Amino acid sequence: MGNIVCIILSVAARLAGRACTPREVFMYKYVLKRLVALIPVIIGVVFIIYLILDLTPGDAVATILGTNYTPEAAAQLREEMHLNDPFVVKFFTYIFGLVRGDFGNSYITKQPVLKQIGAAFPNTLILVFISMFICTAVALPIGIQTAVKPNSLFSNITAALGMIGIALPTFWLGLMLILLFSVRLNVLPSVGDVSLKGLILPSVTLASSFLAGTMRTTRSSMLEELNQDYVRTARAKGVDEKDVINKHALGNALLPVITVVGLNIGTQLGGSVLTETVFAYPGMGRVLINGINQRDTPIILGCLVLMALCIGLCNLLVDIIFAFVDPRIKSQYSKTK
Amino acid sequence: MTDTVVKRVTRKEILKKYKKKTPAQEILGRFLANRLAIVGIIIFAAILFTCVFADLFANYQIDALKMNVPERLQGPSAKHLFGTDEMGRDVFARVIFGGRTSLWIGFVATAFSLLVGGLLGAVAGYFGGKFDEIIMRIMDVMLCLPEILLAIAIVAAFGTNIVNMIVAIGLSRVPRFARIVRSAVLTVRDTDYVEAARAIGATNSVIIVRHVLANCLAPIIVQVTLIFASAILAISSLSFLGLGVQPPAPEWGNMLSSGRQNMREHAYLVIAPGMAIFLSIFSLNLLGDGLRDALDPRLKH
Repeated sequence: MGNIVCIILSVAARLAGRACTPREVFMYKYVLKRLVALIPVIIGVVFIIYLILDLTPGDAVATILGTNYTPEAAAQLREEMHLNDPFVVKFFTYIFGLVRGDFGNSYITKQPVLKQIGAAFPNTLILVFISMFICTAVALPIGIQTAVKPNSLFSNITAALGMIGIALPTFWLGLMLILLFSVRLNVLPSVGDVSLKGLILPSVTLASSFLAGTMRTTRSSMLEELNQDYVRTARAKGVDEKDVINKHALGNALLPVITVVGLNIGTQLGGSVLTETVFAYPGMGRVLINGINQRDTPIILGCLVLMALCIGLCNLLVDIIFAFVDPRIKSQYSKTK
Repeated sequence: MTDTVVKRVTRKEILKKYKKKTPAQEILGRFLANRLAIVGIIIFAAILFTCVFADLFANYQIDALKMNVPERLQGPSAKHLFGTDEMGRDVFARVIFGGRTSLWIGFVATAFSLLVGGLLGAVAGYFGGKFDEIIMRIMDVMLCLPEILLAIAIVAAFGTNIVNMIVAIGLSRVPRFARIVRSAVLTVRDTDYVEAARAIGATNSVIIVRHVLANCLAPIIVQVTLIFASAILAISSLSFLGLGVQPPAPEWGNMLSSGRQNMREHAYLVIAPGMAIFLSIFSLNLLGDGLRDALDPRLKH
């Protein structure tokens, strides 16, 4: 398998006018291998979600027909929608639909699910990425600073704030921010939307729950690196303390931070459901909750599957970034081959 | 230096001084020396006491459920400690009875996930091989979905009632326990005393429960407190979304959700239940951190 990929890649590279370097071959092979490993995980997640939602008691047909419900019409519709098929058949039909980008049709609006989710999905992505940016931009410098001076007043204060931050329920913090900034100070809107002002409160709320965790990870991995021999060597040979921290220790200390930030994206997608509800933000969370309230199973399924896909891709991205920044993965790969 | 007094020391005192502390005493000592953990345990004990003995402070039917429109939306006073809500119900009574619901659902859900996750993790770690492979793959797949989304999916499918909530919250936390227990079991599995137990003919289930799990208690206890905290948060989150405890029954999350309408003029409506959630999670986290440091000082960073 690996050899075939190798050959294909080198042929492709020849066609492009230059040869593949071994490093490039390794990279492509690694990415491809990760990508292949992702497929069963995604299918597994979809299977779990599908299984749970398929077990829903109550009749989907009753939801669709509403007041027009008659036993004959119900039986006919059930046949038309293949609801009587065995679970495995239904599941694989769904999976093959997914591959073609078909998430099925909503029970209520009869519109394709993708169309309904598609409008809300970018909004959620914007929210999640901005909050991730805020989270990283604040947590990294603080984490590094507290590791460099572990017993200073600053690091004690941030540690205490972190402990409080980790215990604050996101949705409650959102309400408190609304009270402060929209009601008391009247500077920001209480309803979130995709605009500079409308995004501030939701993204800060969402970021806050991950700030403390990211900060702690940065701090502990930085502390660990600063105790390593190579840092002592660098200091001993007279490297500037700034360079010791930024050039020597930081690069290695960032590895666990990348993992945590990558994993956070997934949790943030989940947390965005709550944040979006607090701020009435037009994102996936609202579509999902509406879908649940209307018992619109295809919508629920579509939202959850799309989020799971995103999370899977984020994990893949973390793996790929790791391959670029962590030389250990490369050596590990060439050993096992 | 000059006034050194040579004190007569009795044999008993010497023995007392040099008596070896049992591991339990050492752990207790380390725990008691941790001020934050003490703060945590005091706050949590206070919350637990008020919620469990809520009947001493208020009457469920009269104060927390019955509408009392003439007294609606009153600010905090001596009669209504946290004020009254939009139906004139006492917010303090609703907070403590809501806490009772949260705490016991959280407790049962945690126990459920500990039982299922712990068993799966122990079996996977102890037997290894194919068992391990299959169980842990399933857990990995479940970990791909954020806990809150998995819980939402389960509640959305089966409807909102307390049993479904327990299953939803418990099941979504199974992978965490399975992983912790498995890694703990792996470190104990090949020790000499397990070998010895096997040599005298103990069955696998006896070895797992009596010898392996008993020696993995430390990380499990720590995880239990942290997952208890996360379960309380999940209950409130689900109720806030309208997928958990349904009104008129009080719960911290649904109190926040219904308090939102009037929070502009009556901020106390959302401050009281929010503080209750915050304080319970905060105290459980402090307790968990304290236990971790006391049970296994090597883990402290």
